[in-house]
Amino acid sequence: MRHIARLAAALLVLMACGTAHSSTVRLTTASSAGDVAGRELREQTADEQVKHVLNRLAFGARPGDAERVREMGVDRWIAMQLSPASIDGRSTERFVARFPALAMSPEQLLAEYPQRQQLVRESRAQKSDLTASDSMRLKEAGRLSRQLLTELQTAKVARAVISDRQLEEVMVDFWENHFTVFAGKGPERYFLGEYERESIRPHALGKFRDLLGAVAKSPAMLYYLDNWESTVDSARPALVSRAPRGKSRGLNENYGRELLELHTLGVDGGYTQADVVNVARAFTGWTVEKPRQNGTFVFRPAMHDAGEKIVLGHTLPAGRGIEDGEAVLDIVSRSPATAHFIAAKLVRRFVSDSAPPALVDRVAGTFARSGGDIRECLRTIFASQEFFSRAAYKAKVKSPFELVVSALRAVSAQPDSTPRTAQMVARLGEPLYGHLAPNGYPERGDAWINTGAILQRINFGLAVAAGRVPGASLANWPDGRELAAQPREAQVDGVIRTILAGEASPDTRKVLELGVNPMAGDSAAANAKSDGFANIVGLALGAPEFQRR
Amino acid sequence: MQRRVFLKSGALALVTMGLSPSFLRRAVYAQALPRAQKGKVLICLFQRGAADALNIVVPHGDPNYYALRPSIAIARPGDASGAGAIDLDGFFGLHPALSTLKPLWDRGLLAPVHAVGSPSATRSHFDAQDFMESGTPDVKGTPDGWLNRFLAAKGTCAECELRESPFRAVAFAAQTPRILEGPAPTIAMSSLDDFTIRATGTDVQRLEALYRTGSADLIHGAGTETFDAVRMLKSANPQKYAAEHGAEYPRSPFGQSLRQIAQLVKSDVGLEIAFADVGGWDTHVNQGGATGQLANRLADFSQSIAALVTDLGDRMDDVMIMTMSEFGRMAKQNGNGGTDHGHAGALFVIGGAVQGHKVHGRWPGLAPEQLNEGRDLALTTDFRAVFADVVGKHLGATRTDSLFPGFTGGAAAGVL
Repeated sequence: MRHIARLAAALLVLMACGTAHSSTVRLTTASSAGDVAGRELREQTADEQVKHVLNRLAFGARPGDAERVREMGVDRWIAMQLSPASIDGRSTERFVARFPALAMSPEQLLAEYPQRQQLVRESRAQKSDLTASDSMRLKEAGRLSRQLLTELQTAKVARAVISDRQLEEVMVDFWENHFTVFAGKGPERYFLGEYERESIRPHALGKFRDLLGAVAKSPAMLYYLDNWESTVDSARPALVSRAPRGKSRGLNENYGRELLELHTLGVDGGYTQADVVNVARAFTGWTVEKPRQNGTFVFRPAMHDAGEKIVLGHTLPAGRGIEDGEAVLDIVSRSPATAHFIAAKLVRRFVSDSAPPALVDRVAGTFARSGGDIRECLRTIFASQEFFSRAAYKAKVKSPFELVVSALRAVSAQPDSTPRTAQMVARLGEPLYGHLAPNGYPERGDAWINTGAILQRINFGLAVAAGRVPGASLANWPDGRELAAQPREAQVDGVIRTILAGEASPDTRKVLELGVNPMAGDSAAANAKSDGFANIVGLALGAPEFQRR
Repeated sequence: MQRRVFLKSGALALVTMGLSPSFLRRAVYAQALPRAQKGKVLICLFQRGAADALNIVVPHGDPNYYALRPSIAIARPGDASGAGAIDLDGFFGLHPALSTLKPLWDRGLLAPVHAVGSPSATRSHFDAQDFMESGTPDVKGTPDGWLNRFLAAKGTCAECELRESPFRAVAFAAQTPRILEGPAPTIAMSSLDDFTIRATGTDVQRLEALYRTGSADLIHGAGTETFDAVRMLKSANPQKYAAEHGAEYPRSPFGQSLRQIAQLVKSDVGLEIAFADVGGWDTHVNQGGATGQLANRLADFSQSIAALVTDLGDRMDDVMIMTMSEFGRMAKQNGNGGTDHGHAGALFVIGGAVQGHKVHGRWPGLAPEQLNEGRDLALTTDFRAVFADVVGKHLGATRTDSLFPGFTGGAAAGVL
């Protein structure tokens, strides 16, 4: 009853303040994160808030995290995560340094990890038959190319498991999924390391326009959405007329469409097919220098459509070059539809699948006022009462990546340097950099849950507990070592405390406590001592409670 | 999916720790039903990588074929080498490695369709597979696969949903393939042996109790279904069905997938759609002719299918097999004794109800002016026309237009 009264009061305040509300939030959040507005309106207990932020701004708690956040204060911890540069990232970098390919440019990679297709083409130019040594080289190239991808995947998992800059990793994952590319398409994997390093990560908490521009010029996106081979239609004037080198295929609308539909305005963002065509025309000439040898962005005037274009009501005058594409990025970045689309996606990620519309509106307002400042949008979310509402608590289903990383963090695992863990993420349905279509993996929980998926999730939890995941060992987990020697009741308490964040229904506790088949009645009590500590951990990691965050 | 889960778990919410009676009833119920609605099965087989249709269903009657492929063409039937095409109708023949499919042709069970594929001009494996599985060429935003749209459209009454078998749609793949993505529940598994909880019996029961108690949400609902499915599979024990009628499956992953599909069909777990895929068709280099790389792939492919047909025996009356590949390969061989990405391809429909003894699809010819973009076999049959024909007539889908939104060609392929 008191709950409802509080909610009603909060609603009244919201309605009365109208648009003024969000500016109030901004004012106070800007002054000091330790003094966030609306703290008295938070429905979650202090203890729940600690767990909540560790599940949302981070990939779950490692042992000791909850105590650290509690000591520092939830709001100060949030403020710190919003400034990743203030957090020491050296140990993470030391770990990923063991994968030198991650730091290489596409050009270096293409030299060191020659592509199978490229070798074929070279040998084809010289002779018609392949010798046995050619075949060996091709085999080796195939192996290296697979290794390149597994290293990228392994590093992504490792960063999420060990980095203290957790919010940055969450946001890198968010944007990599928003601006998804598919590693299996042509030479895409050679561009991926650079894509994450130079296009996504530096802007993950920065200005949306900068991020969008970096993505638009990345060989990864130019290749994935085919813009690199989009050229002025033969019926239209090129910016520089030159006999076309090689095949000229004409206009390719792929990037133009997805830029509007998936990257900025959203499918209902109010654009027409003519806008798609004109956006595609504006980006003609944005291409990749020799994608299979060099792989850098270049603007080619000879491919560019020099005619006038009208995009979303704005006229791009004739005779311009690279400015056309830049102008389109400016236009879509400033569109209210984009503010709303991005706000809704962020709220869905951080708050709940239903994305409370009032919060989406406020975040969209922040986006518009701040010139698309991602950090400010997040600040608005984390300061909102919706974020700390009862409805948002444990409301999200973990994606396979989140499940794996959170389980490894819960048992204090060392990062895996083998491809094994990344393969498990794939087996659970989310091969990293492996989503074929440009819409990315679903942000909604129901998409991840089906018959078979639960089976894989349970088996993953059991595998962690059984020591079948490299890096995860109960013996290396301080709490685990301690608990292993204690009586069963203390073990169950400890597992519920550490893995299930102290939250288990009475039924769950009962099942964990019973060492027997709970459905077989009391005759099976003889089994009571048949299992050990690892079983309890496996059950907890496989439990429904652990599938949520 | 969601509604279905809530329907099921709504009942379960009443159940607490002492859940034996209702739980037992459910288990019996789940096993009794599929037998009652024993029905038709469609098995879809995807050849990923763009299979070279011109060397699979060989147009030996088209003189241009031999001009385009001087070193990799399949010789005419009766060639002195003894490695000529297996003649079908005087114009087309099967690659010699497909000899195990010839008896199916002779029995009228095999319907090849030529010059079939996607109208999209893309030569990207990735895009073309996406289009063939979403069923919407050149539209990338389609969220679900066409087989899932079939499943979702068919199971619309609440009672049907409750009665559905968890094994209605099974893909033998590590992840749910695009073609089965969508709201209707499906199962993806690497093998029947893997579809199990890797724990001791006691722990499995405790895990099940964790999912059967607590709040009636999505996760508990799906978990409940999972345990039903695991139990149902264990009880049906499809592994007990050894191959029959002398069928011999290749030991390859593809052969083993088909062997397990047959086991599922025979164990009456309510299977309606099965899916498996097989790679290795992207033959840019040294693809060979009557022997070699492509021949090896084809031998595995056809022996697996032939074994499946043999194994299923009379049950083939209810089963239809359909193969597909994202596009065909260039008509002209390349400089490496291989073929590059092309356009139209070929597929097989196999089953008792096909119009047999006939190679379907209009042959567009291989003369330079007849080729697509001057280089590939031209398209004369939209893949959706064949798929709609098969799903409409075999599985009884009434609304094939919603399976393939935007497609107005209709199910006019006449394969069935």
